[in-house]
Amino acid sequence: MFLAIRELNFARLRFALMGAVIALIAVLMVMLSGLSVGLVRDGVSGLQNLPVTSFAFTHDVQRDSAFSRSVVDLSAVDEWASQPGVADAAPFGNTLVNTRTDRGTEIDLALFGVQSDSFLSPAVSQGERLGTADGIVVSPTALDAGLQLGDTVTIDRLGTRLRVVGVTEQQDTFGHVDVAYVPLAAWQAIKSGTAPGAALPQRAATEITAVAVRAAGGKSVDLAAGDTAAGTESLTLKEAYGASPGYTAETTTLQLIQGFLYAISALVAGAFFAVWAIQRKPEVAVLRALGASTGWVLRDALTQALVLLAAAVAIGVGVGLALGALITGSGIPFALSMPSISAAGVGLVVLGLVGAGAAVIRITSVDPATALGGNR
Amino acid sequence: MSSRSAPTASTTPTDDAPEQLGLVMRAVSLRHGNAAETVQALDNVDLTVRPGELAAVVGPSGAGKSSLLAVAGGLARPGHGTVTVAGQDMTVPSRRTRTELRRQHVGFVFQSGNLLPALTAADQLRLPLRLGPRSQRSGRDPLELLADVGMADKADRRPHQLSGGERQRVGIARALVTEPSVLLVDEPTAALDRARSHEIVRLLAHEARQRSVAVVMVTHDHDVLQYCDTVYEMVDGKLAASS
Ligand SMILES: Nc1ncnc2c1ncn2[C@@H]1O[C@H](COP(=O)(O)OP(=O)(O)O)[C@@H](O)[C@H]1O
Ligand SMILES: [Mg+2]
Repeated sequence: MFLAIRELNFARLRFALMGAVIALIAVLMVMLSGLSVGLVRDGVSGLQNLPVTSFAFTHDVQRDSAFSRSVVDLSAVDEWASQPGVADAAPFGNTLVNTRTDRGTEIDLALFGVQSDSFLSPAVSQGERLGTADGIVVSPTALDAGLQLGDTVTIDRLGTRLRVVGVTEQQDTFGHVDVAYVPLAAWQAIKSGTAPGAALPQRAATEITAVAVRAAGGKSVDLAAGDTAAGTESLTLKEAYGASPGYTAETTTLQLIQGFLYAISALVAGAFFAVWAIQRKPEVAVLRALGASTGWVLRDALTQALVLLAAAVAIGVGVGLALGALITGSGIPFALSMPSISAAGVGLVVLGLVGAGAAVIRITSVDPATALGGNR
Repeated sequence: MSSRSAPTASTTPTDDAPEQLGLVMRAVSLRHGNAAETVQALDNVDLTVRPGELAAVVGPSGAGKSSLLAVAGGLARPGHGTVTVAGQDMTVPSRRTRTELRRQHVGFVFQSGNLLPALTAADQLRLPLRLGPRSQRSGRDPLELLADVGMADKADRRPHQLSGGERQRVGIARALVTEPSVLLVDEPTAALDRARSHEIVRLLAHEARQRSVAVVMVTHDHDVLQYCDTVYEMVDGKLAASS
């Protein structure tokens, strides 16, 4: 520490340049984290807010598009409800529709078809809960898009008319589309393409997208056994995120970029401290000749790297948070999450240290005899 | 092979003959290089320097003078022979032990000072006191010692703000701050003019006597030998008393 701090101060311009690079990486990291969390929220908050532990889809369903492809028979609901550890099981229907209000505002909705008296029926912050046959409960983000409580929306082509009777408590979006909870019977009519007034085909009345299952508190449900009994294929709620449109592609892209940033941070720190270590070789020889152990020299160098990295990352995160605050609420899916940002910050410091450590380890090979006026 | 049975007297050094407290080298040989090409840097060297004695070693470039200091200070291990400093064996295989012995008993002064660029003169002296465990951090007061070498008013300057002679004074003070038994000095006047060279060697002679330190000074500069108690000549790794 004694030497490390004084060197940081003495060569402050050099260290500041290096720190600036790391700080910029940290800013990028915060931005990416905000974008990731924002996109996840935009993609699957509708699912996150469901009081559900798993979904049972059709057997052999394609996992990345389970919600749009799966068709399950209503009888599976009772089978699941009778499984040990299951507190609740209820039918769940899902469809994306294009609608327009009577004022001409076009709005896309992700319909969540649920039975009005089931555990899936959402609490509301305004208006009333699900109940009337054509009443829907929408995400508050749909209000930002121009929908109002009491509006009637018409589904394109089909002509089905639905009335906004309530608003959920928090953002509910699915695949970047606002969620509208709709009574199961109405959903079944829309899904099967039944025009208003026409009779619902027999088959459509028994078809749902999936069985939504809630495990009893503290209990775990044997999903495989349930699937065998009901002829379904279960995904946990988290796994089901991957079945929401675009979710997997978006998150893997962002994770890839974040992974690269970590690697860049380690390489930048490694390269900087490698050059620094080579330059310091004569000094290290003197230190060793004066009686410093290799451990002392290494500890000092790593302390220096730690101080530099921690300060740079802290500054970068600060700048990133300020920028992020400007972006939040500007329509871009962006949300600052402290746990995610802290983890990214710690990750940057740790990987920077790994890079720096790999570089400064070479000073242990310095021959202290080279401190003497030699012939080399 | 010479025996390494030598001094185990470290516990009661005061009972020993005075030379035991300084530097004793017996039949020391050192080879550099690999199987293909070897240089006999030290050839059967005997040297005793008592506390308070300033010994000079002169000789042509490549004679082995720096190698002598490296072995005396435990920076290198000789192939043969014994080296003791303050009764302690400086040839033990453990690098860690030699580093510790060096920290406690040896001071090095290098050509052109070899100060650390980031540190002020005062911090150059504080540094050696911080290299060991907390319990071993005793030594002379850095500021007092700087005053002793005539650098009191420049304690806050960094090496690039000091002249060559001033750097060398700080280098000498840094080597003395841990109160070593032996001071090993490699060409301290190589970068200095005549007047400055005399000052520096006078300072070394003064400190050696004042503090009872055994000093070995390697030099090219025959001009300053008048201040030395003994003068040795080194040629091709062999050390002999100068005529
Ligand atoms: N690490 C080393 N590897 C190989 N040869 C060395 C090494 N150090 C010194 N030598 C050789 O040993 C001899 C003595 O070197 P040195 O002790 O530095 O001499 P001096 O200090 O008297 O100029 C020289 O021939 C030098 O080239
Ligand atoms: Mg030399």
